Amino acid sequence: MHRIKVTINGKEYEQEVEPRLLLVHFIREKARLTGTHVGCDTGNCGACTILFNGKLIKSCLTLAVQANHAQITTIEGLAANGLHPVQDAFLEKFGLQCGYCTPGMILNACYLLQSNPQPSEAEIREALEGNLCMCTGYQHIIDAIRYAAERMKQSGTVQL
Amino acid sequence: MPPAKYTGRKVLRKEDPRLLTGKGQFVDDMHLPNTAHMALLRSPHAHAIIRTLDASRARALDGVLEILTGPEIRDKLNMLPSAAALPDLRIPDHYVLAVNRVRYSGEPVAAVVAETPYIARDALDLIDVDYVPLPVVLDPEKALEKDSPVIYEEWKSNLAGTMQLVSGDIEAAFRKADRVVKGRLLNQRVIPVAMEPRAVQASYQPGEKMLTVWSTTQIPHTLRSEIARLLKIADNRIRVLALDVGGAFGSKLNVYPEEGLVPYLAMRLERPVKWVETRRENMLATIHGRDQINYVELALTNDGRILGLRVRVIVDVGAYLQMLTALIPTLTAIMSPGCYKMLAFSFEMKEVFTNKMATDAYRGAGRPEATFLVERAMDLAAAELKMDPAEIRRRNFIKPASFPYTTRTGLIYDSGNYDKALKKALDLAGYTQLRRKQAQLRKQGKIMGIGLATYVEICAMGPARAFAAGGGWESAAVRVEPSGKVTVLSGASPHGQGEETTFAQITADELSVPFDDVAVIHGDTQAVPHGIGTFGSRTTAVGGTAVYMSAQKVKKKMTELAAHLLEINPKNVVWRDGKIVAKTNPKKFTTFQEVVRAAYSAKNLPPGMEPGLDATSYFSPQNFTFPFGTHICVVEIDPETGEVAIVKYVAVDDCGRVINPMMVEGQVHGGIAQGIGQALYEEAVYNEDGQLLTGELMDYVVPKADQLPTYILDRTETPTTVNPLGVKGVGEAGTIGSTPAVVSAVVDALAPYGVRNLDMPLKPEKIWRILRAKTSHRGTGTQR
Ligand code: FES
Ligand code: FES
Repeated sequence: MHRIKVTINGKEYEQEVEPRLLLVHFIREKARLTGTHVGCDTGNCGACTILFNGKLIKSCLTLAVQANHAQITTIEGLAANGLHPVQDAFLEKFGLQCGYCTPGMILNACYLLQSNPQPSEAEIREALEGNLCMCTGYQHIIDAIRYAAERMKQSGTVQL
Repeated sequence: MPPAKYTGRKVLRKEDPRLLTGKGQFVDDMHLPNTAHMALLRSPHAHAIIRTLDASRARALDGVLEILTGPEIRDKLNMLPSAAALPDLRIPDHYVLAVNRVRYSGEPVAAVVAETPYIARDALDLIDVDYVPLPVVLDPEKALEKDSPVIYEEWKSNLAGTMQLVSGDIEAAFRKADRVVKGRLLNQRVIPVAMEPRAVQASYQPGEKMLTVWSTTQIPHTLRSEIARLLKIADNRIRVLALDVGGAFGSKLNVYPEEGLVPYLAMRLERPVKWVETRRENMLATIHGRDQINYVELALTNDGRILGLRVRVIVDVGAYLQMLTALIPTLTAIMSPGCYKMLAFSFEMKEVFTNKMATDAYRGAGRPEATFLVERAMDLAAAELKMDPAEIRRRNFIKPASFPYTTRTGLIYDSGNYDKALKKALDLAGYTQLRRKQAQLRKQGKIMGIGLATYVEICAMGPARAFAAGGGWESAAVRVEPSGKVTVLSGASPHGQGEETTFAQITADELSVPFDDVAVIHGDTQAVPHGIGTFGSRTTAVGGTAVYMSAQKVKKKMTELAAHLLEINPKNVVWRDGKIVAKTNPKKFTTFQEVVRAAYSAKNLPPGMEPGLDATSYFSPQNFTFPFGTHICVVEIDPETGEVAIVKYVAVDDCGRVINPMMVEGQVHGGIAQGIGQALYEEAVYNEDGQLLTGELMDYVVPKADQLPTYILDRTETPTTVNPLGVKGVGEAGTIGSTPAVVSAVVDALAPYGVRNLDMPLKPEKIWRILRAKTSHRGTGTQR
């Protein structure tokens, strides 16, 4: 067992964990933040996408012990109250149906807009390559990300 | 139809704020104290005898609580259900855990329960099973040959069941034909891949003798009845919940071994038990879809009129019959004539056992196969007659004046205007210009193709008499609470479709209350009246109608009560801006809130009126609905790699009246994407030993954002009279229209290479080989 200290959404979690425990299970089972989902075993679906020290990662491909002293943002930490502009854009443009892929999609979109505030459609499609959605056919997700980019440009906020 | 403040408009979804913030309640999100975790040992063999199974090493592992094997529990749990969909159907014994023999790779053999999921999986590795492998049966056509090994010795063959449907003089139609086109069409096995894998959790309160089960299901009430049957307990001691479910596409319209095992274990251990499927398990042992071989023959006149359609179908159903395995291909039978008039039709089907996972309902469920076979046949006919593919379809369409139209297969198409949708799609795509552009591009050596599919599908399942087991209706209750807020309880079980929103739209309009005042509850058998569930594009058409009927009943009662309070005849009151007003005197009115108070205080009710304000309805439609449309796809093929790029995609769908256009669009988008997936990428591949090679998302390719086009959508709106809302259903349309449209486009692109047909999926390699060979295969043969 290893004792690790992880900050998730600004809150510190200190726990004894098995070295083999996946980070996604730490987040879901130990921190009880169930917005981060699991859709595969192989890093292909992106349902477990989180921000790890500011970088986009798949938490099913990371061990909890690797997150010792890391700063993590999950979907629950995106907005303290209400909705982050990207969440709001997904609501407005209906960028979700069952909602299972949605947390990962939104974190991916936030990360994209941070590095590329005005992405083209092709750039958005490419950025979403690691996140699968079986419900929407992606079009409304892309609409939502463009809309978020537009709105964030107008309000001058590119926040995470 | 209710007056439309909300209905027919884009209204943002009630579901979304929770889903957007990670506050959904999917089964695996539920943490009950003291939960134990189940894992399943699955057969590594596609066909084998289990000689011995020794779990002693696993039992000794610290943290292991229980291990079950097939022989130990065969008498404790009943077998999994299967609909007797064909008169001669052979239904195999289907235990929740294999007894002495396994018949597909991934079949559950033993269940382990442990303190953590990690320990449960460790224990699986410590179970020693001695298998004696048997010859495997994989090709459904070879499986019918005399010398094939058999999966069920008692039946001496691998034939599961047959169906024949002949209407009109088919022999005469082919005798009279000027031309006959033929094709062998393969509708390959695909895997539904809902993003949320399946999961089951159960807890048991021995005091109340109450079993609570959370499951990723589309059919909570059916599941409750089935758990009662499996476990031999009373249904009124079981509560099934399906809160948020992460997509299903038919794969959760079933009853699986885990839905018996987890509740059984929770009762046995008197502890909550949870099981969460891994993606690999999902690919191996949650139902697959399609898997038909269709031999089609179309008898035609020289001017392109269809005289007859003859279809011979071999269905690979896999090793066992899941709930609707045998039924799904019967939908192919009845929908094969598509949008077309014909003098005669014949359909002959054989369902065949193989050593694979069972097939069952996957988005479209039998109809994509029907549309694919008839649309591909129409393309072959157009090529044979050198006729434009749009024109040959137009010539054979059932005309608008012919509705309601009785088909060759005995269905009554409710309403339609196929030509209108076709024309709109052709205009939207700029079809004439596209053909001109194609001619130019071909001169430049570019490979571009235009594909077309027109479809009609069968939705709003459905009239009770259409199914052997009946059902087909839906329930809903509407209750105005003492506060004046409204609760809608639905027996349907949406899992992404968004009926919390559409049902609230319908109710808010009917009762003239704000949309935000309406809460919709579904997926809890303890809360809602007995219902059927969400599948077959039925939820709004059938479930929505039940909501509408209940809202109407409540409104009627409120009208009568208001009239009583105003001391006038109910005929003389109208609803206006939240008030219920005397027609003749606008100053004489009562309010919604006052009527609610009166209903609950019950001090001043008209004679014979009961207190309270709620109503329950069960809508049982008298027919199916038949949505239709045209999809047009334009592709360009990279001559170096054979890769297909969809450069334009146009869909015109007609799903009757629309409650929420934003959501209808979303349904069509998702459907098209899945249909493109089948056409271009997806295929469940088993090797010669019956091992699933595409057992992870690494190997099984579902389309990604950068592989899909922007869809250009439009609608025509031909209402139905099958239900008072005029709604037809839209959940599967996209999948049905898109697959043949995409294949049609690729074949069209490759026409200069002599290609008239290709088997899906149209992966780059297949196309690259054709381009490289550059040989002409003139004729109607299939490139395999
Ligand atoms: S769960 Fe991590 S990528 Fe699928
Ligand atoms: S919304 Fe269901 S998987 Fe994306």
